[in-house]
Amino acid sequence: MLDILLTRIQQKHRTISYPKGPAPELPDRFAGAPVFDPGPCAEDCGRCADVCPTRAICRAPELRVDLGRCIFCRKCEAACLENRIRFGPDYRMSVRKREHLWADGRPLQLAKSLDAAGKRLFGRSLKLRQVSAGGCNACEADVNVLGTVGWDLGRFGIQFVASPRHADGLLITGPVTANMKEALLKTYAATPAPKLVIAVGACAISGGIYSGHEQVNDGAVDILPVDLLIPGCPPHPLTILDGLLRLLGRIEKLSQNPI
Amino acid sequence: MTDITSTLFSMSNGRAADISGLNRMDMPRFQETVINGIGCGLRLAAMFAHETDAGALRLWAILARDSQSELLPLYTDCTGESYPSLTPQCPQAHWFEREIFEQWGLRPMGHPWLKPIRFQSPYRKHAAAAPTTPIGVTDFFQVSGEEVHEVAVGPVHAGIIEPGHFRFQCHGETVLHLEISLGYQHRGVERRLMNGPDSRSIHYMETLAGDTTVGHAVSYCQIMEALSETRAPQRALAVRGIGLELERIANHIGDLGALSGDVGFLPTMSYCGRIRGDALNITALLCGNRFGRGLVCPGGAGFDLDSARQAELLRRLDALESDAASAVNLLWKTSSVMARFEGTGPLTPQVCNEIGLVGFAARACGVRRDIRQDFPSGIYEYARIPISTQDSGDVLARAYVRWLEIQRAIAFIREQTAKLPDGPVREPLGGLAANRLAVSLTEGWRGEICHVAITDDQGRFRHYKICDPSFHNWFGLALALREQQISDFPLCNKSFNLSYCGHDL
Repeated sequence: MLDILLTRIQQKHRTISYPKGPAPELPDRFAGAPVFDPGPCAEDCGRCADVCPTRAICRAPELRVDLGRCIFCRKCEAACLENRIRFGPDYRMSVRKREHLWADGRPLQLAKSLDAAGKRLFGRSLKLRQVSAGGCNACEADVNVLGTVGWDLGRFGIQFVASPRHADGLLITGPVTANMKEALLKTYAATPAPKLVIAVGACAISGGIYSGHEQVNDGAVDILPVDLLIPGCPPHPLTILDGLLRLLGRIEKLSQNPI
Repeated sequence: MTDITSTLFSMSNGRAADISGLNRMDMPRFQETVINGIGCGLRLAAMFAHETDAGALRLWAILARDSQSELLPLYTDCTGESYPSLTPQCPQAHWFEREIFEQWGLRPMGHPWLKPIRFQSPYRKHAAAAPTTPIGVTDFFQVSGEEVHEVAVGPVHAGIIEPGHFRFQCHGETVLHLEISLGYQHRGVERRLMNGPDSRSIHYMETLAGDTTVGHAVSYCQIMEALSETRAPQRALAVRGIGLELERIANHIGDLGALSGDVGFLPTMSYCGRIRGDALNITALLCGNRFGRGLVCPGGAGFDLDSARQAELLRRLDALESDAASAVNLLWKTSSVMARFEGTGPLTPQVCNEIGLVGFAARACGVRRDIRQDFPSGIYEYARIPISTQDSGDVLARAYVRWLEIQRAIAFIREQTAKLPDGPVREPLGGLAANRLAVSLTEGWRGEICHVAITDDQGRFRHYKICDPSFHNWFGLALALREQQISDFPLCNKSFNLSYCGHDL
């Protein structure tokens, strides 16, 4: 017993103060939202699009990156001779609509909060059922970590529950494999309405690296009505937390200012 | 028994060989060799089939002679749609033979339990046998009798974990038999690697099992380097080793916390959940990503470890070590934890060897099996990590081996960081040689990761076989549950913590 108490003292209080305090520091090599240097690309270049493993880059009429497909591998950054694309430190990338995931240098339309009725229902208590549908366990791990004492998701009333019957929504990871589609639809059907759907990671949004495989469905977006999209491969826990808190209207004010 | 494999051609880990010089034999000889080899203590590291240019099926076995660091690739060209199953005499082959049957329709005659393992569509449309059935629809092994009941769990589980289906045959609380039915995570990776490599290949490797990003990436890069006769710089090998051991620390710490949670001991659960994040953040210090995405690349490492970063790494490692020690050592001092760990989910060394268990699960049965010692490649050729073993084979042994491995991994990282070789971290990769076979083994945190590549006339992948440690070990979990309380399933499961997507590919 004494050991348990001594250990408790040694391990200290470690819950981050965010969002009241500053966000935890991200590593200097972190690849967040892309930033673009202005200026025209050479007409016949296209090196960035050629090296992109998920074809996330569109060059006409202007250089854009689809964050829903992007796996943040930085191959385009390395390939560009003019340094036009760079992955910056901004972790905030969650949006409400699929088309808002196009990054073109203008500020992203970050996720707006639920309407008043939605906030009344879920704002102080949001129970989620997580469904991994072909996820590689990286998105799952970084969702899971939000439940640890370091992040303490419970203080926002957000909790992962064991049964869809107890849930207010689903949090989906993975490209939705053909073999998981039925189980996902059944889980959705078992969740009482009104319900939310959150897609976490490039796989769940677009199929990610697995897009185009006959064994997957290129994500959940065409299968279920998705309310929140959190890009990344996998998204940093801070990106996921930021998305969830925006959805619940807890950090709306910070929507535009860059880091 | 006379070992008839001793005169066969063998190769080292992380090397390539011309296919024309490999051990080609007819089917009876192939069978005799595999069965004899396994009987003499070799292991079946991989077994697979692929189509030849003539449209026939070629069956391969990669035998591992741990004691001599030798890998023996054998093959035979099949003449029909079936062959006599190896499984009755060599249980290590049972999952491989089911896989080959499902993929190619090549029927192992006399296999005792022939059914799909992934419910995937066959690679050959004209495959005579294996019909594709909807996932999970199969004849499960059933026990009948008074008071016997069946419990079905999954694919969607309570918790943030991947999907799989578990079917228990119980008598009261006691599990008589557990059958594990997977395939829900099947994404078609191996199929897509055929005719590769391409721009997606390395990313498939990094996401085969997201918690083993570095492990699978290292295996793949060794294959690429062997096929192109590229030597990754020494400094890159050290960075890879640091990444691989950080991955081991993160996962072992996380699982020790989860084991603690499964027996209702919340202090260690809480601390380890956070400390796991600290380990992931050290990996992110190296490459920006918590799982090591981009850290390992063909020809070397994607990022260098500059001196400021080395100092920061060592500083954080010190903090992690003291936090982990105080959190984990509570487990061994708490009788309510020890009472639940001890004697739960035991496996004997005999069973371990019979089914070809790998990784810490094998070492927890007292079996000294560790790729870092048996088939050292990369940095492990120059720096050895002692093998950690326990002999009770139960949850406690698996937990304790992990704790020993955490401590040894920390010491290893410290040593490697302190004496990081000078020079570049990346070497340009040459073209891949044609008609070669390359085998690459890596001791991932779960155990042996085996990749095998076979190139065609153009130097493209004719076939790429991936064998995650989970492929060997899922059956071990099923056996560990026999005669156990069904309520101990989460504890046993977490003590192995096997990968669903690594198995389903």
